[in-house]
Order: sequence, then structure tokens, then C-alpha cells
Amino acid sequence: MTAVWPHLPALQVVIPLIGALVAGLLRRGGVAFVLATAVSWTMPLIAGALLWQVLQTGPISYHLGGWQPPWGIEYRIDVLNGFVLVLVSVIGAVIMPYARLSLAFEIDERNQAWTYCMYLLCLTGLLGITVTGDAFNAFVFLEISSLSTYVLIALGRDRRALLSAFQYLIMGTIGATFYVIGIGLLYLVTGTLNMADLAGRLGPAWPEHSRAIVAGATFIVVGLGLKLALFPLHFWLPGAYAYAPSWVTAFLSATATKVAIYLLVRFLFSIFGVAFDTSGLPIAAMILGLSVAAMVIASFIAVFETDLKRMLAYSSVAQIGYITLGIGLANEAGLTGGLVHVVNHALLKATLFLAAGAFFYRAHTVQLQDLSGIGRRMPLTAAAFTIAGFGLVGTPGTVGFISKWYLVIGALDHSWWFVVVFIVVSSVIALVYVGRVLEIVWLRAPSSQCAEAGDPPASMLLPILALAAATIYFGLETEWTARVVETATDMLLGRLR
Amino acid sequence: MTQMLFTLAEHYNYVITIFLMMAGLYIVIARGNLVKKLVGLSIFQTSVYLLYIEPGKILGGTAPIIDPAFTVYSNPLPHVLILTAIVVGVATLALGLALAVRINESYGTIEEDELLEVDRET
Repeated sequence: MTAVWPHLPALQVVIPLIGALVAGLLRRGGVAFVLATAVSWTMPLIAGALLWQVLQTGPISYHLGGWQPPWGIEYRIDVLNGFVLVLVSVIGAVIMPYARLSLAFEIDERNQAWTYCMYLLCLTGLLGITVTGDAFNAFVFLEISSLSTYVLIALGRDRRALLSAFQYLIMGTIGATFYVIGIGLLYLVTGTLNMADLAGRLGPAWPEHSRAIVAGATFIVVGLGLKLALFPLHFWLPGAYAYAPSWVTAFLSATATKVAIYLLVRFLFSIFGVAFDTSGLPIAAMILGLSVAAMVIASFIAVFETDLKRMLAYSSVAQIGYITLGIGLANEAGLTGGLVHVVNHALLKATLFLAAGAFFYRAHTVQLQDLSGIGRRMPLTAAAFTIAGFGLVGTPGTVGFISKWYLVIGALDHSWWFVVVFIVVSSVIALVYVGRVLEIVWLRAPSSQCAEAGDPPASMLLPILALAAATIYFGLETEWTARVVETATDMLLGRLR
Repeated sequence: MTQMLFTLAEHYNYVITIFLMMAGLYIVIARGNLVKKLVGLSIFQTSVYLLYIEPGKILGGTAPIIDPAFTVYSNPLPHVLILTAIVVGVATLALGLALAVRINESYGTIEEDELLEVDRET
């Protein structure tokens, strides 16, 4: 155990990578599922150990192959990415039991082993982006996760899944290429790819090369904006989430966009923080404006969707707006709210998409009109959906309230009343689209599709209930998340001061 | 004016890179055929390879092998980075073409406007 301890940062990425290779060689879905579960349940242990170590003794720096940074690739873990590692790996572990039955129902037997292979590759990429301290290495992991995501989406039953996967491939590749162009420009100016080194060298390089740095920063922000579905770069998201297999949607909505958000935060605050103090480039203001637009417009579109998964997908765009709003506010409370909402939205959307998947598993539809009265047939699933739905609205006692509270304080610290107004307006619209679904699910007489339905088997039901319980727990007991996030916020803003 | 032309000519490599970048991105946006979109995407990605590799070459520099006779070396790191990026580009193109084949099998077309029309009817 002591021999393994110093290598945990590498193992966080290597274990799922090897797991993916083995899962690709296995022909049987059941065996691949056992492997994927074993890997998924190991990840939170490693991530938890890393975060604990960071909180005790400060950032961990791991030199791959023994090469000293900034020449070699460094894996650097501080409070911020330790916290994202825990989030991604815990979500992966909790929803894993759900996968077997749901995927067996939605995907051909011969493709199931491949599905787990792709999931493990995606997990590798997401954890890799989070753990690495090297900007180009992050690009490689970004593409590992993206390419496997395109395959996972294309596995959906509907043929529109293919088209959505293709559209996402085009948009995602443009986004990733923008990111590489940005990294390339920064590399030309500074001669380094190590994130910490980059942060140190941008300041001195600023006066002479300000134009190249601004161009590089713009490319990076737009590229990552595509990846995290920042409004109006979100067009790939609704189709991809709506037609991907249910479990895949739950996994992606809770992790993939969150990791892209982490990378954006890392660049804006840890890397550009120093150089942008004096630049006057209105990146924060632009992100703020787009976030407000996302919160209102995407929520408004969600009200008129007739497909439950599409509705939740548009709601995701709106909720990502809350997170980027926190980034745009760029003060203590605002950024804390944004980062807390990363966790909260991951929990809420995982619950909602898993519940939608359970409806599909039993009633074979996610069209709202066909789901009428399903709450009476599947009470536990629908109850979890209801709890998470209230979380989206931001009802006190759920996690959604905590994030909005911080965001409102953050806006008031700037005395930006209009932002508070938009937060309230967006919450009211969320109440409309959530309320519409709840009315259909609970108050109407069961439709013919739902007549035979019942709560899904325990392996699917338990993850849903566990996540729904977590949204309540973290809504009442904020000590844990808020403390970690506030430490991360202090670190990020400390660079700006 | 002549000063500007002179600057452009001096940096002709960047002019070519940016032209390829814009051309590729334009094809992706403007063309409705899925395969043509992928061609544009490939040109776009390839232009980035140029962006990285060009500055690595130093005029009069040799290959980075330590030898007392030489003091100026070209930077090998961009080549290594772009080797990785080429692999990513190939994988993306392969996956994109595979998706185009599957789309053609299930829809019977790979023209974007026809695809959207088919979806609207069903």
C-alpha cells in the first residue's frame, strides 16, 4: 500500500485506461459490466485519498516518468481539481449499478461490451483533464473523452442519435481545435505548456505580446465554451442528450460539461488571473451576459419541449448558465456559488435523467403526453424526480437553493440588481417547466403506456433514490461542500488579488 | 501600405496557415454534405499543425543533437505535440466517416437539408 501511495495521481487515469482496453477485448456484456463496476468503484477511493491528502498537506505534484516540470508532464492536484475528481468518480460509481439493466434494454447485446469500453475511456479522459497540470496533455484527454462520447451517443436506439453524434463531433472538434490554437499561441509567447509555469510567465510576457495572449485567451475561452455548452454554443447538447442511451445521458450531463467548466475556471483564474488584472479584456462581462441569456432563454425553450429528455437537456443549458454566472461574477460569493452548483447540478441532473431512463425502461417512452399518471404506477421513481425537480427550481431545503443563495449574494456584492432579477425570473420559468411535468406525472389518470409500469428493479432504483437523498442532504448540510469549495475559491481569487 | 505588404510577405507562413484555417472552418459551416464537412474539418485541423510546426524551425538551426560544432537548434517539441494531434485528427476523421456511413444506411442520404427534412416528417 505504501508503495502505491505516491502514484495515486497516475493510477487515477491508468486504471480506467487499462480497464477500457480489457473491456474492449471481452465479448460479453455481463463480464465487461463487472469490470467497469470494479473500476468505477475504485476511482472514488483514489480520488478521496487524493483530496484528503491535499486538504492535509497542500497540493500534490506528480512527475510522470520522473521528468521534472516544466519539461515533463506534471500531474498537479490542488483543492479545486481534487474536488472535481471526487465529484466525477463518485457520480460514476453511484450510477454504475443502473447501467446493466438499462443498457441491456436499450443497446444490442453484441454492442454492450463496447459500451462499457467507451464509458471507461470517457472516464479516463475526464479524470485525465482534471488531474493534469499540462495544457497540451489536457487537450489529449479532452479528445479521448470526446471521441468516446461521440460513440456513446451514437449507440442510442433512435437513428437521430447518429445525426446528433455527428453534429456533436463537428462542434466538439471545432471546440477542441480552438483550444489547441489558443494553447499554441500561448506556447509561442511563453515557450511552456505547464499550467503553473504558464501562469508565472504570462505576466512578464504581457507588455510585449499582449495581442497574442489576448488572441490565445479568446480561442481557449470560445473552444471550452463549445465543450461546456455555454449559450449560444450549446446547439449540440439537446440532441446529444435526448437521443443518447438514458444512462449515458445521466453520466454525461453530470460529468462531461462539469469537467470542461473546471478547465475554464483553471484557465481564467489560475493561469490568466495574473495577466488579465490589467488587460481590460471583458471576458468576465461577456461570460456574465451569455450566462444570463442562457438562464432565461434556455429555460424558456424548455417550457415548450414535449420530450422529457429534451426538456431536461435545455434545462441543463440554463443550469450551466448559473455556473458560468458564478464565474462571470468573479468574486468570493459568486465563484463559490458557481462551483457549488457544479456539484449540485451534477446531482440533480443525474437524478432527473436516471428517473427519465427508468420511465423509459418501464413505459418505453419519454414523450410527456404518454407519461401522464406514471407517478401513481412508479411512485418512488417519480418522488425522486419531484425532489430533484424542486432542486432545479431552487426550493429551500434542496441543493439548488444553496447555489442560488451564493449567486445572489455575489451579485449583490457588485450591486448588480438586474442579475438578481434574472436569477428570480429564471427560477420562475424553471418552476413552470418542472411544474408542468409534475402535473402530468402525478395528477392525470394513467395512460395506456403506463398501465403496466411499476418501479424499476432495485439496481436501477437505488442509485436514483441515493442521488435524490443526496440533493436533500447537501441542501441542509452545507458544511462539507461549502468548506471545500470556499478553500478552492480562496486559492483561485488569491491569485487575482 | 508597402510596409504592411512587406510584413505580410515576411510572415507568409502565417498567412498560409490562417488562410487554410479560415477555408476549413468555412467549408464546415457552409457545406451541407456530411463528407464535405469532414473534409473541411480536416483542413481546419491540419492548419493547426502548421501553426505549431513553423515556429519550431529556426533559420540556420540544426536538428537537436548535442554537438560542439553547432549552437543553434530547432525546437523538437512542437513536432512531438503535433504527432499526437495528427493521431487525434485521424481518429476524429475515421469516427466521423463511420458515422456518415451509418447515417447513410439509416436515412439514405448524407445531405444535411434532406436529413433534417426526413426527421421533420417522422
